[in-house]
Amino acid sequence: MNYKMMGRFVAQTLTAVTVLMLPAMIISLCAGEMTVVYAFLLTFAIAGALIAVLFLSCKGAPGVFGAKEGLVCAAISWIVMSLVGSLPFWFSREIPSYIDAFFEIVSGFTTTGASVLSNVEALSDGLLYWRSFSHWIGGMGVLVFLLAVSPGGKGSGFTLHLMRAESPGPDVGKLVPKMRKTATILYLIYIVLTIADILFLLFGGMNLLEAACTAFGTAGTGGFGVLNDSFASYSPYLQYVTAVFMVLFGINFSCFYLLLLRQIRGVFKDEELRLYLGVILVAVLLIALNIWDRYATVEETFRHAFFQVSSIITTTGFSSVDFDQWPAFSKGILMVLMIIGACAGSTGGGLKCSRVLLLGKVLRRNIRTLMHPRRVQAIRINNRVVDEQVLDNTNAYLAAYVILVFVSFMLISLDNFSIGTNISAVLACFNNIGPGFEAVGPTCNFGSYSTFSKLVLCFDMLAGRLEVFPMLALLSTGTWKRR
Amino acid sequence: MNIIIAGDGKVGFTLAQQLTAEGHDITLLDSDRQVLNSSMERLDAMGVHGNCASMPVLLQAGVEGADLLIAATNADEVNLLCCTTAHAINPKLHTIARIRNPEYTEQIYDLRDVFGLSMAVNPERQAATEIERLLKYPGFLRRDVFAKGRSEIVELRLDASSKLCNVSLMELPGVVKCRVLVCAVLRDGKAFVPNSGHFRFQEGDRIFVTAPTRELTALLKNLDIMTRRVRRVMLCGGGRVSYYLATLLEKGGISVHILEKDPERCRQLSEMLPDTQIVHADASDLESLESYGLSQMDALVTLTGEDEVNMIISLYASSLKMPQVITKLGHNGNRNILDSLKLGSVISPKDLVCNHIVRYVRAMQNQSGAAVSVHAIADGQVEAIEFVVEKDDPNCGIPLKNLKPRANVLVASITRGSQTEIPNGDSVFHAGDTVVVVTTDRGSVLRMGDVFL
Repeated sequence: MNYKMMGRFVAQTLTAVTVLMLPAMIISLCAGEMTVVYAFLLTFAIAGALIAVLFLSCKGAPGVFGAKEGLVCAAISWIVMSLVGSLPFWFSREIPSYIDAFFEIVSGFTTTGASVLSNVEALSDGLLYWRSFSHWIGGMGVLVFLLAVSPGGKGSGFTLHLMRAESPGPDVGKLVPKMRKTATILYLIYIVLTIADILFLLFGGMNLLEAACTAFGTAGTGGFGVLNDSFASYSPYLQYVTAVFMVLFGINFSCFYLLLLRQIRGVFKDEELRLYLGVILVAVLLIALNIWDRYATVEETFRHAFFQVSSIITTTGFSSVDFDQWPAFSKGILMVLMIIGACAGSTGGGLKCSRVLLLGKVLRRNIRTLMHPRRVQAIRINNRVVDEQVLDNTNAYLAAYVILVFVSFMLISLDNFSIGTNISAVLACFNNIGPGFEAVGPTCNFGSYSTFSKLVLCFDMLAGRLEVFPMLALLSTGTWKRR
Repeated sequence: MNIIIAGDGKVGFTLAQQLTAEGHDITLLDSDRQVLNSSMERLDAMGVHGNCASMPVLLQAGVEGADLLIAATNADEVNLLCCTTAHAINPKLHTIARIRNPEYTEQIYDLRDVFGLSMAVNPERQAATEIERLLKYPGFLRRDVFAKGRSEIVELRLDASSKLCNVSLMELPGVVKCRVLVCAVLRDGKAFVPNSGHFRFQEGDRIFVTAPTRELTALLKNLDIMTRRVRRVMLCGGGRVSYYLATLLEKGGISVHILEKDPERCRQLSEMLPDTQIVHADASDLESLESYGLSQMDALVTLTGEDEVNMIISLYASSLKMPQVITKLGHNGNRNILDSLKLGSVISPKDLVCNHIVRYVRAMQNQSGAAVSVHAIADGQVEAIEFVVEKDDPNCGIPLKNLKPRANVLVASITRGSQTEIPNGDSVFHAGDTVVVVTTDRGSVLRMGDVFL
């Protein structure tokens, strides 16, 4: 293991996160919240010391950097930045328990949106902004951000390991030959879409801070709102804007890149995108039919169905109504959407549409093989043959996913909540959604879980965001053995 | 620049490595997914899987927006088809194909336009040319030519008997009695540019000396390393390099013996090379080498397809005090290890062709004041860069002692017309002169303006 190189990388991540904290502090300063400003300054001091120590102790790192280092580096970076990112909440005493603050920021960085706060409106402006901005940072990923701004790894390929570890999807590739350019393109698309969202929200009558926070929550598919009732009290216009932008941020960003290159046909022929949009359409129709007698007008029924579906499938977690009150069939659909998740290469979480597509095709192939044992079949997506290695990884991913969900479910069952609460809590955290059902439903929060359960759920959130393997690599003994 | 490299083999990968390091956008094409995946983990480049001569694959690799295509798959025909197809899609594209079959060599040059080729490279022929030039001046490990053949950088190894051992730079002119400049020294695997007059040469150093081509003979003579002219050469292995080399040597009136173990190949060679003695024998059988007249040879070149065999034969020949030994290596992994072995000059066709292509790429960039050519010397740790001074160069006509060169940069020679000058403090260069500079900071000097602060 190349510890020095990893140390340098963690230090760089920390630097990036610290710098990205500055706007939040400036907002606190403008709002005159001096306790919060001091909390930020104290955080800067600690982070600065940590960065200095890491940089000094990791001088002269050798350049060897393999897949193992990439995985572990991503996991450690995310944990360290969460540990530091939670400090302002704790120092300012706005979240008195450190574990709660840690849960809150992990939920922010992993774009989960699960909160321990019962009264969000009581948070000061600076911390409210930092909470939502953590979604935006975590949505596209800090390591990708570093790849975009740092002068590049001198033509070596190790950057691919980092991008693979952080970017969601079964088969992470580049858009253009240079890693730095790829990362820059992704971030530019991300920034432009976010600004568009902010403008639309401002037009709908939000103030700037509210619009920015909401847009960050939407862009990162996070789900931290600025109001206690999430989206229920906003106008239909704002709900529609947000629902549409959630769907957009759940699309693979390479589709937007293809649109920029005017390869429109390629975008609409994309099998994953078709599946994603198809699932949304079907789910909206089914839920609308199921709840048609609950709301006064057809428009309202459609709006709530569409908002909830797009919020859950993109793993954002905003809510325009308390969907925990909906009939079991609608809740069942939402639960399935939680697992399916958004497209690969988007900011959303979940299993990812492309994996669902691959798993479906593998299943079809296996059934055919049962009937015609000697038949040889390649699996294609978008008319390109998928590497067997990718299929293997996808199967392994599903196995790891199921095992982790069940283990976490058992562990948090110790707190003696109902089975529905526990399973939806685990799914909501693992798939980075936020609200689940029953005691962790959209009107409730995770504050009542024990410290141990919160840590388990933090692990789930990180594992879900980093796609399981980096966190598992961290736990595997083989990673740390000297060989 | 956007560069597509078809064929992720030895040459393709090495090129991709060098060109990504110079900041180009590289797309690698190969039909083997495993090879491609392992390259992607080591390079900041994009990989596209498929047959490089097919249009959909080329389009997927972005041939429409590419500036250069390098076809280096293992089949000449595929390389040609690849270049022709790509050129038809994008007429502005520059194309380089590796063509190795001697039977195609002539027609490729004549039909370049038909195939849409900008340049054809032939590693084996290039290696043969290089070996022939070394055989002309036995004693030099390597020669790099600049200014259209008027200035050279040659490599010498100092062994215990060398006149230069324990000589300082100040005393150097007294010993060699001609105009030369030591521009780099390779000691214990590290290269540096000697800049103090008190620097002393040691046994085992490899030194890189700039001299006008005309003074090379004098240099060899004064150093007592000029041996008799090479008249008889033995080539072990009858591959393509042997064929090209034998044709070149035949023209120069040198008697050539080729040892080849495949009888069919022997017959082919004997048909193609009327004046060469072809012997059907296994060169790796060291004891029997003597029976083919090894002791009467002036030089031995090992050109079999296996690096290990080449090395063994060369070591054996060196132990017999063969005046000149040249070893061909396909993989030249660690030069430090090779350095401790007595292999004579080491020639790597792969490196030669890669350097050649990198030079072409640099020339293509064609910024004002861009380098005409770049040579990697001292195991690639030092760059020798050739510039043609432009009319509006601000440093024209100023004596060198009044100019401040950057650290680790040295002006090695100035060629004006047919005169090559080894510069001193009073030297000046004018517009149109060819200037060679040497630097240990690879990639830092890309334009003439980078030489001086």
